[in-house]
Amino acid sequence: MKKSIFLGTLAVAGLAAGLASAQTLAEVQARGTLKCGSNEGLAGFAAPDANGNMQGFDVSLCRAIAVAALGDAQAVEFVPLTSQTRFTALAAGEVDVLVRNSTWTFSRDTDLKLDFKGVNYYDGQGFMVRSDLGVSSARDLDGATVCIQTGTTTELNLADFFRVNNISYEPVPVQTNAEGQQQYLAGACDVYTTDVSGLAATRATFEDAASHIILPEIVSKEPLGPVVRHGDNDWGDIVGWTLNALIAAEEYGVTSANVRELAAAPTDNPEINRLLGTEGELGAMLGLPNDWAVNIIAAVGNYGEIFEAHIGENTSVGLARGLNAQWTDGGLMYAPPFR
Amino acid sequence: MSKQSSVAFVRREMLPPAPPPPGQAGVLRWMRENLFSSVTNTALTILSLYFIWSVLASIMPWTLNGIWVAGSLTECREIRDARGLETAACWAVINERWLQLLFGFYPTDDKLLSSLFYAEPLATAGGLEAVFGAASNATDRIEFVGMMKGDLSNFTIFLFGYWRPLLAVALLVVAVAPILYSSLPRSLLFFSMLYPFVGVFLFWGGSIWGPMTVAIGLAAAFFIGRFFAKRFGLLGGGIAAVAAFIFIFLNPLPFIDHGGLFPLFPHVKDVLHSIIPFGLSAIPSDQFGGFMLAIIIGTSGIVLSLPIGILLALGRQSTMPFIRWVCVTFIEVIRGVPLIVWLFVASTLLKYFLPPGSSFDALLRVIILVTLFASAYIAEVVRGGLAALPTGQYEAADSLGLDYWKSMQLIVLPQALKISIPGIVNTFIGLFKDTTLVVFVGLRDPLGLTNAIRATGEWNGIYWELYIFVALLFFTFCFFMSRYSMYLERKLQTDRR
Repeated sequence: MKKSIFLGTLAVAGLAAGLASAQTLAEVQARGTLKCGSNEGLAGFAAPDANGNMQGFDVSLCRAIAVAALGDAQAVEFVPLTSQTRFTALAAGEVDVLVRNSTWTFSRDTDLKLDFKGVNYYDGQGFMVRSDLGVSSARDLDGATVCIQTGTTTELNLADFFRVNNISYEPVPVQTNAEGQQQYLAGACDVYTTDVSGLAATRATFEDAASHIILPEIVSKEPLGPVVRHGDNDWGDIVGWTLNALIAAEEYGVTSANVRELAAAPTDNPEINRLLGTEGELGAMLGLPNDWAVNIIAAVGNYGEIFEAHIGENTSVGLARGLNAQWTDGGLMYAPPFR
Repeated sequence: MSKQSSVAFVRREMLPPAPPPPGQAGVLRWMRENLFSSVTNTALTILSLYFIWSVLASIMPWTLNGIWVAGSLTECREIRDARGLETAACWAVINERWLQLLFGFYPTDDKLLSSLFYAEPLATAGGLEAVFGAASNATDRIEFVGMMKGDLSNFTIFLFGYWRPLLAVALLVVAVAPILYSSLPRSLLFFSMLYPFVGVFLFWGGSIWGPMTVAIGLAAAFFIGRFFAKRFGLLGGGIAAVAAFIFIFLNPLPFIDHGGLFPLFPHVKDVLHSIIPFGLSAIPSDQFGGFMLAIIIGTSGIVLSLPIGILLALGRQSTMPFIRWVCVTFIEVIRGVPLIVWLFVASTLLKYFLPPGSSFDALLRVIILVTLFASAYIAEVVRGGLAALPTGQYEAADSLGLDYWKSMQLIVLPQALKISIPGIVNTFIGLFKDTTLVVFVGLRDPLGLTNAIRATGEWNGIYWELYIFVALLFFTFCFFMSRYSMYLERKLQTDRR
């Protein structure tokens, strides 16, 4: 993280020199494609299929933004970014938006001069252990060896958790998730810790998934969301409200299957009408066509559909909605009103 | 000795050579001399044999029992259990994704593929224009291509979908062969000079007049220089060539003639393109990837860094202080900073020094930096060769009355380079392997792609198979380079030994 902060600061220094452009939407439309900073590969969130087309939960949000800005879900250039280069690349203008499972933190939002435009996934750090270890709570992990990815916020969270609970641990540093899996399976560490979504995806690949358990404690808050640069609020609005449209669509029961039908004529629900542009001029306020949300939902589906298609319980990642359920179902997904 | 009769028998012909006593010939003798000559040696042999056997015994069943056809890692495991095997490699991932490891996300020629092998569904979908035309729907097109690729074999896609990079690499071999092997006809060297333009056209596409005009422009600058050199000497020729180059490719007076007649290059290109519009679909560098990327960066780096390195080495030995200082500073600065730092500089910081809005091709940036980095190393290797040459050789060249360039070209460099061959090839092999570092600046090298492949639901959790495949690709190339360097050393070995 240190390196990225350093590079990010340099980047910001460059931006302050007046090199930033405040016309991202116009640039994207002139270019004809959206440059979306994405993960090089993270199960369920961003991965290429056999034909080289990117698929995943984060990828779908990129495609939704591309539909909003360009009307074409395929008009996205995915720029693979590492955790070290992601914020620099965004600040330097190499990408228009960053959707790369990045945690919304205070210093990133303020010091790095970036804007997080919402949360598309609430993650949190957890622990995975072998079930024959006989541990049922993370507080029983005194003296355990822990595989931990270096240079991430998880490293700091781990130290905090063990200090607060006054227990000791021995870290086994690993570079990547791939290395962490191998070390854990080889028995180099008793515990593997990373975000719960990552743990679930990792556990799903094990031969004997049943003999590994994910402990109930969640030791950190990791709200992941799309990021844009400071200085172009109009573009930030488009990114933020694209996400909100996806979430609101699920809340109101608008799906990729019924969106055309609902948009054909005004319905009884004024909130749906405003979202789909059959009432009011909300699209124009963003500088977009009035049926922008209709196109988005028709192309990628609503938030719930995206979730189920890429990381839901029927996929190999197999995550439950949990915190990411709609607020009406006891989750945290809550889109501001469309009016 | 005249009484021949007193001798009972005289052999008139030689006896055939008797076979050596048992245990004194062939494999047995070799083994006794080399493997079991003493107690220690015998013990070591048995120990090594045991070691080799135990390694092979654990690796071979895994490798040879490997499963080649499966849709996912889970399926691989099911097949393995069904066959009752203890361990088995899941080569199916290579079988499914080898094209991606070779070419990254470089687009296939879908029009050619569909019209050759998928004609019927193409006709059903409405023909070429409906599927691939400008007015077509991108989502439908991707669905169609996905279906087509699902039905075609990977090998068909390899041969016909990727014909451009394949042809480019095949022609690269043709272009490089006359440089590597002097027994081939010298006329092939003409093609080697043309190849950079052919290669760029095949890999990047676009109008054919782009690379053609660059080639013609460079040739024009060269011949103008030569024409003037005959009348006004070397200096006049040099100035004329540089002036011609500037008029053709750069704007000589940016503040006066902005957007006017100069530079000539884009105008000529546009005119030619409007007369004969011919070209391939343009492919931006950020779609390059896989092992192809290593080949492109590696070959360009190797070809460009050798001449630059030699010039730097000569410059470092120069008696002119300014040239010497420039060369020493360049070498020390470039060599004193890790390659990865230079790559980061290329990928991010360079943005801030360029005018806003100008985008400088990421691949080109990396090629330039890798070239500069390798040339600093080559310069030091060649300097070693120059230093190893006895002073007598330099003096001999001078006493023949040769000028500086002639003495270097005819006497000093041939000997110095011969001495430096192992070092030069060593640097090149290092450079070739260092191309994997570009994964850190967002280019998709083979190792980065293994990560991306692992991120899909089907192949999450697969490691060794992918790494072994990438390792084999690199090993093949580096082993060839190493063998070639040994061949060259033997061929050039003119002195006594």
